[in-house]
Amino acid sequence: MKITPAASQRFVVAFLWLITSITLLVLLFIIGYILVHGLGHINWSFLTESSRRMGREGGIFPMIVGTILVTGLAVIIAAPVGVLTTIYLTEYTREGKLTSIIRFGTDCLAAIPSIIFGLFGFVFFVVVLRMGFSIISGALTLAIMVLPTIIRTSEEAIRAVPKSYREVSYGLGSTRWQMVTKVVLKSALPGIGTGIVLSIGRCISETAAVMLTAGSALRMPDSPFASVRTLSLHFYILSREGISMENAYATASVLIITILVINVIAYLLMRRLAAKVR
Amino acid sequence: MKQDKIIQIALTIVALSAISSLVLITVFVFKEGLPIILRVGAKDFFLSGDWYPGEGKFGIMNMIIGSLAVTAGAIIIGAVFGLGCAVVLTQFAPRQLVVILKPAIEVLAGIPSVVYGFIGVVVLVPLVREYLGGPGLSILTSSIVLGIMVLPTITSISVDVIQAVPKSYRDGAIALGATRWQTTHMVILKAAKSGILAAFILGMGRAIGETMAVIMVAGNALELPHSILDPVRTLTSNIALEMGYAAGEHRQALFATGVTLFVIIMILNTIALTISRRSAGKAAKK
Repeated sequence: MKITPAASQRFVVAFLWLITSITLLVLLFIIGYILVHGLGHINWSFLTESSRRMGREGGIFPMIVGTILVTGLAVIIAAPVGVLTTIYLTEYTREGKLTSIIRFGTDCLAAIPSIIFGLFGFVFFVVVLRMGFSIISGALTLAIMVLPTIIRTSEEAIRAVPKSYREVSYGLGSTRWQMVTKVVLKSALPGIGTGIVLSIGRCISETAAVMLTAGSALRMPDSPFASVRTLSLHFYILSREGISMENAYATASVLIITILVINVIAYLLMRRLAAKVR
Repeated sequence: MKQDKIIQIALTIVALSAISSLVLITVFVFKEGLPIILRVGAKDFFLSGDWYPGEGKFGIMNMIIGSLAVTAGAIIIGAVFGLGCAVVLTQFAPRQLVVILKPAIEVLAGIPSVVYGFIGVVVLVPLVREYLGGPGLSILTSSIVLGIMVLPTITSISVDVIQAVPKSYRDGAIALGATRWQTTHMVILKAAKSGILAAFILGMGRAIGETMAVIMVAGNALELPHSILDPVRTLTSNIALEMGYAAGEHRQALFATGVTLFVIIMILNTIALTISRRSAGKAAKK
């Protein structure tokens, strides 16, 4: 019996839809499983108290602070560097040897696994520069890690700015720098914002690199050179060492909710950008 | 004009930070890791499975095999599911569904790897142990977890390359009387072939570099695995597990493990870049 093209199409398309549905179900399952087990343990005191007995009791406030400090600092360092790199690549130079070297560097940086960033951050920031396991070592390491994300998304956003905007700006007598800051950057802002928001997400999710650079202290940090434990590392330690399943689920729920919020913000920014381009 | 020149120079310096970071990373990781490979001997380091840091024995062969096995499994799952989703997204899904599917896959990419590892441990490991045997912590379990983790990478790159195929190709095939599926696999996927291959290779890079999820579900045993239900230790987990207490030669050997991983990643990345650049060149010629 010969299978007709129409029949094979029906079969394959059904199979493809099955695959896509499984993927969606896996996503819903992961989120649902964590939230169902964890949401019940989240309350005000869990979010605002310090940990007691290695995290067996008490809350996650120092980890929330640690995560915000490491992530915030990393993005504050990486965002200007990334955006300025992009401005150089798109507005201040022509494609040549130097730009292809910079692009190659960015591509390679994007491919390096986080554990290698961790090794590097450990030997360079923690040991050689004597910053110790600290907020600053962790932030610098993560800043290098998210640099490619910021460069890529801002390049996309800046390239989407119509050429006519630049011509009008020049026509009005502005210098190149005025044109870049007042016209191009302004118009590319939602896209650049998306890159920054996604980078925040990556920093919050990261575990291996912060474990080797920021340490895992449970205390409240009192200086940029203090060691902190981020939320994802706290979750890893709680679940892996079987310290407290309840607190592990609750911490994971906080992580998942944060990631969902970040994705929603990125999505809304992207839509604004798309609306603008149209 | 003078101000413009100064800005230009300042921007050039900032723009070099990505490549200088890469150089710094390479120099420092190699400087820590290479000496021990030379001292132990490349043959004993790469081709021996004896990892007894206490006795000065540093052989990482079993971990290389572990990493490769886990990555191979992950890429099979990631390729089927990732490409499947990309084809549905670009060819068969109605618009209203695309706006749900695409963000959903981006969320999948945003979930922390520790959460994937955790779900693997509490859900998947007991299932594998119960129904297939073995300890549950295994190559198979890690492959499934990693496969889901690399899926978004493969999907998003594949969607981009499929959308880059000129619309006229599709119209031409439909006009010749091909069904939509025939058009998809005979024309569109063929035209996007090299880009999709690059997506698979980048997915492999992500799988081989993943650390925390694998530590949680792979079992981390040092023995050579004999079946996909055996536990393994990967290069990445070896580093993360032992960095906490390693010192001296032991620590250097962990950096050497990192060097090995670094070289593998760079090879994969170069292949992917070459492939996608060549296909971009081809598209430009047309």
